[in-house]
Amino acid sequence: MGSNTVRRKMNRWSVTMAASALCLLACRTALAQVELTGSWTPRNHEFLTGDGLPVDFTGIPLSEEGRIRALSYSESQLEMVEHQCQGWPAFYLVQGPFGLKIWGETDPVKGNVLSYTIGGWEDRAPMTIWMDGRPRPSKYALHTRSGFTTGAWEGNTLVTYTTHMKAGFLRKTGAPSSDEATTTMRFYRHGDILTILEIIEDPIYLAEPWILSRSFQLSAAPQPPIGPPCITAYEGSVGPTAPHYLPEKNPFVNEMTTKFGVPRDAAIGKPETLYPEYRKKIPSQ
Amino acid sequence: MRVFFIAAFITLSLGAAQPPGGAAPTAKASAPIDITGYWVAFVTEDWRFRMITPRKGDYQPVPMTDQARKIADAWDPAADEAAGNQCKAYGAGAIMRLAARFHITWQDDNTLRVESDSGMQTRLFHFNAAAPPGERTWQGYSIAQWERPSSLKVATSNLRAGYLRKNGVPYSENAAVTEYFDLAPIPGGGQVLLVTAIVDDPQNLRQPFTTSSQFKKEADGSKWDPTPCAAK
Repeated sequence: MGSNTVRRKMNRWSVTMAASALCLLACRTALAQVELTGSWTPRNHEFLTGDGLPVDFTGIPLSEEGRIRALSYSESQLEMVEHQCQGWPAFYLVQGPFGLKIWGETDPVKGNVLSYTIGGWEDRAPMTIWMDGRPRPSKYALHTRSGFTTGAWEGNTLVTYTTHMKAGFLRKTGAPSSDEATTTMRFYRHGDILTILEIIEDPIYLAEPWILSRSFQLSAAPQPPIGPPCITAYEGSVGPTAPHYLPEKNPFVNEMTTKFGVPRDAAIGKPETLYPEYRKKIPSQ
Repeated sequence: MRVFFIAAFITLSLGAAQPPGGAAPTAKASAPIDITGYWVAFVTEDWRFRMITPRKGDYQPVPMTDQARKIADAWDPAADEAAGNQCKAYGAGAIMRLAARFHITWQDDNTLRVESDSGMQTRLFHFNAAAPPGERTWQGYSIAQWERPSSLKVATSNLRAGYLRKNGVPYSENAAVTEYFDLAPIPGGGQVLLVTAIVDDPQNLRQPFTTSSQFKKEADGSKWDPTPCAAK
């Protein structure tokens, strides 16, 4: 065996070792991800929808502008075709009562995940999370209900960021969201429990980021990937103006107080009511 | 060159397999996340069940058994006060759902201490698992372990029977509480502690009661406000 042959073998061996060493780092990172695909049933043990009464904005840190718009809203607006599908922006997946169906699209050659899609709701389109590093569209690009979402893994946590949502509702009884709203979601999986943390920012209608979370249970029963879509239709006799309430004229503003003893400031979403010290201002507490 | 790669391979392999030095590090030293500090509940969910005492019969949406409903319908806060049970709604099954501030510190290298200002309760998360003591307490006995790469799991048992909600929604002394603690940054600054809690109590719950609560980190304890338990 000549010295050149030995040198070539040694070089090949060195390259193999170097690749193995690098893989130890890279593969550990790859293995730090978890499986999210599958059917997830909601654990509806928290009352997040808040749609039992027309003026229940408890727990939402509304800005002054957001509050004025929320209190001007009349649910009779749902008679109007252009408002019928307005209540379900991307972030509704944590608030709503539905389960999740998550599936992925993989690169046929490399095998890496190009995107995740989350569906399973009624009335709204599935939401795609792009994992392929594509750039965010121009701020003038089309806004949709689901918006544009990118994702990346941070250890075992999938972190997503959504922009380009249409104006809609933070809560479908009228607390508004603007088309400048963005959402950061983090998907934490612990065994068969998936908890999604959602941080919604809206420079117009929120005084501070709104933070919500909900847990889902992995299910062997398949969740349908899509539900019936929201289809608009003429539903009544809308007059020449959009149904609404003028300032200080919302007839439901005191319902949370009379039915549940919730102070008015809390019912209309004043930010200070979200912190424990507010309890000192509640006479009955 | 060859020696370099061999050394790198061995170093990385060992790094992946065991801690340096061979000795098991303490829980504090090996913590993958730091959850110590002052945390305030950010009550964005279940406001009317957490910030005020809900009215009798307002149990939505707890998956209660018929027996649990009977117990809750008989809720009598005055009787609880008289019997010295005013802390029933401050036990480990419900405490992280309170509208409260929490102070988390290391009591020692293998024990996390979690104090609440509301109800002035103290929980201890033991990383060195030992047999639970015989006496049941509101906070029970908690065994903790890091779930790598970035989470804390806590399993609690040996509880005194308590309330999931202040209006008497019960859990039994046989309840088991499993919690996961995760951290997240808030865009623009700040940090969130997310606590996912699962209360398993077939006697009173038709399925494990699962909630997730958010806490914001505070710079210091200037808003810490110790307040004793109140049954009502």
